[in-house]
Amino acid sequence: MGKITLKSVRKSFGEVDVIPGIDLSIEDGEFVVFVGPSGCGKSTLLRLIAGLEDASGGSIAIDGVEATDLPPAKRRLAMVFQSYALYPHMSVRKNIAFPLKMAGMSAEDQAKKVDNAARILNLTSYLDRRPGQLSGGQRQRVAIGRAIVREPAAFLFDEPLSNLDAALRVSMRQEISELHQTLKTTMIYVTHDQVEAMTMADKIVVLNAGRIEQVGSPMELYRSPANTFVAGFIGSPKMNLIDGAEAAKHGAQTIGIRPEHIDIHDSGPWQGMVVLSEHLGSDTFLKVNATGLGTLTVRASGEVALRHGDTIRFAPQPGKMMRFGSDGKALA
Amino acid sequence: MATQSSRAAARLMVAPSVIVLFIWMIVPLAMTIWFSFRIYRLLSPDRTGWAGFRNYAWFFNSPDFWLAISNTLLLVGGVLVITIVLGVLIALLIDQPVWGQGPLRILVISPFFVMPPVAASIWENLFLHPQNGLFAAAAIGVGAQPILFMESYPMASVILIVSWEWLPFATLILLTALQSLSSEQLEAAEMDGASAVNRFRYIVLPHLIRAITVVVLIQTIFLLGIFGEIFTTTQGGPGSASTTLPYMIYKQAVIAKDIGRAAAGGIIAVILANIVAYFLMRSMGKHLDA
Ligand SMILES: Nc1ncnc2c1ncn2[C@@H]1O[C@H](COP(=O)(O)OP(=O)(O)O)[C@@H](O)[C@H]1O
Ligand SMILES: [Mg+2]
Repeated sequence: MGKITLKSVRKSFGEVDVIPGIDLSIEDGEFVVFVGPSGCGKSTLLRLIAGLEDASGGSIAIDGVEATDLPPAKRRLAMVFQSYALYPHMSVRKNIAFPLKMAGMSAEDQAKKVDNAARILNLTSYLDRRPGQLSGGQRQRVAIGRAIVREPAAFLFDEPLSNLDAALRVSMRQEISELHQTLKTTMIYVTHDQVEAMTMADKIVVLNAGRIEQVGSPMELYRSPANTFVAGFIGSPKMNLIDGAEAAKHGAQTIGIRPEHIDIHDSGPWQGMVVLSEHLGSDTFLKVNATGLGTLTVRASGEVALRHGDTIRFAPQPGKMMRFGSDGKALA
Repeated sequence: MATQSSRAAARLMVAPSVIVLFIWMIVPLAMTIWFSFRIYRLLSPDRTGWAGFRNYAWFFNSPDFWLAISNTLLLVGGVLVITIVLGVLIALLIDQPVWGQGPLRILVISPFFVMPPVAASIWENLFLHPQNGLFAAAAIGVGAQPILFMESYPMASVILIVSWEWLPFATLILLTALQSLSSEQLEAAEMDGASAVNRFRYIVLPHLIRAITVVVLIQTIFLLGIFGEIFTTTQGGPGSASTTLPYMIYKQAVIAKDIGRAAAGGIIAVILANIVAYFLMRSMGKHLDA
């Protein structure tokens, strides 16, 4: 079981209010991703849940049990750190067995659990190596192994993939998702990468400056962002946000249209000059300097023979445009 | 970089300093070995010639010799144990974020800057003295008999003084090692359910082992030659209770004015140092590899 409830949790370092107050409920078995720009307080929030930081106010409950004042070891949570935080002088086997040893488990039971974890994570042939002799991906797996042997109520991941190269990041992302399918344990995953958030999460929590901007499934956030921050943060490439006269025409302060929701055709109402085209094969992303709108990103599927300097006309797909008021909030 | 030619060039480049250092070492050593086999007494300069192994034999037959060897080892071992145990504890303490951390650290380091005879004098006269010392005053204050440190516990007193001098060095090295321990490792251990004691035992201590090795090796080199503290305080006494090998050599060279014997003692000290170094490297050398 791993249901975690935060009630107006606050954290300040001295004068600085890093987290002014957060209410959040995480259901048992959910894969929750905290996403937000660097420095927005994601790690701090995770460390508050882990008990590595003391909350300045509010309460944290794990499975309905008040946990705000419990030490980290008593919260039955396991954490995977960005730096892996493996014990460099211990073999992989001893690293994974460490929490079991601390719990006073017998040597045979320890060995059984370690072997099992090593099998799940493909680490069996590395058990007698030191962390220093492993690659980044293998170290990451050891850190995960050390977390899973404890059978925690929930896993906490703090940007676990940010030290890996792009290809490894994609495969580890899938491995962690599969691990979640197998274990069905609550996982809280912190990242600044919205792609990781979109691909892995059951529920995304978008944070900005210590505040929750929106909570929802990846598709909810994609289809109906609550405000311009979420609109600009979720989705790749970013949503085009247009201010000024064009927005006023639609009765809004700001209008938003995603690059994939713009069609190029000669009778379109908008016009602009292509300043850059990025050919990915499957898609072509065009940066267009549009008259009266500013620079927009437009996606054309497949290979498009447009180059710098070409002038195009284009139109937003009907019903895909989003409208935001002067406070940045989405208008109905 | 490590091609054949670059390696040859590197050897050529460092050759001058290696040669100078080698001469720097080998000339005094060769002269000491030479004198150790000669009859060379400043009080009877007309008697010269080869002494054979008689200078060495004198040491091995001297009633104080084995006591001096064991005192030397006791001094080295005692100071090492005290400085490392206390050094780790003090380093743990001053690594905590406290008010006035900077000045506190300088205070902890400062005994290292007091020169040995001064430190020994301060300890002998202001702390350990049976009439004027602080400890005597404390003993009288609680109605006890003042302890005659230099007379009753000469080796322990010397070890205490030398430990006080070397504690800052150990603390400083251990503190820097402690500061290089990643806090995430400690936090991971904390989440893994390790108590403070277990975190120290399984995370902090293994992390410190390399620094401890460095402290042991460096201090051993200096402690084997400790002389000034004994000279200023116990003079090797009472009797020869606190005589060490360096002090015995001093007595032969300066008091008996027998250079041959002193040189033989010096060579014995070199051999002792090498034996100690061999065992140290065998037991701790592996911790120095990365
Ligand atoms: N121990 C600390 N003392 C003071 N300020 C801190 C501390 N830890 C984090 N902060 C501040 O809190 C803010 C949020 O940090 P963090 O949670 O690490 O952000 P994120 O993980 O989202 O990048 C940052 O502005 C950071 O400077
Ligand atoms: Mg962070």
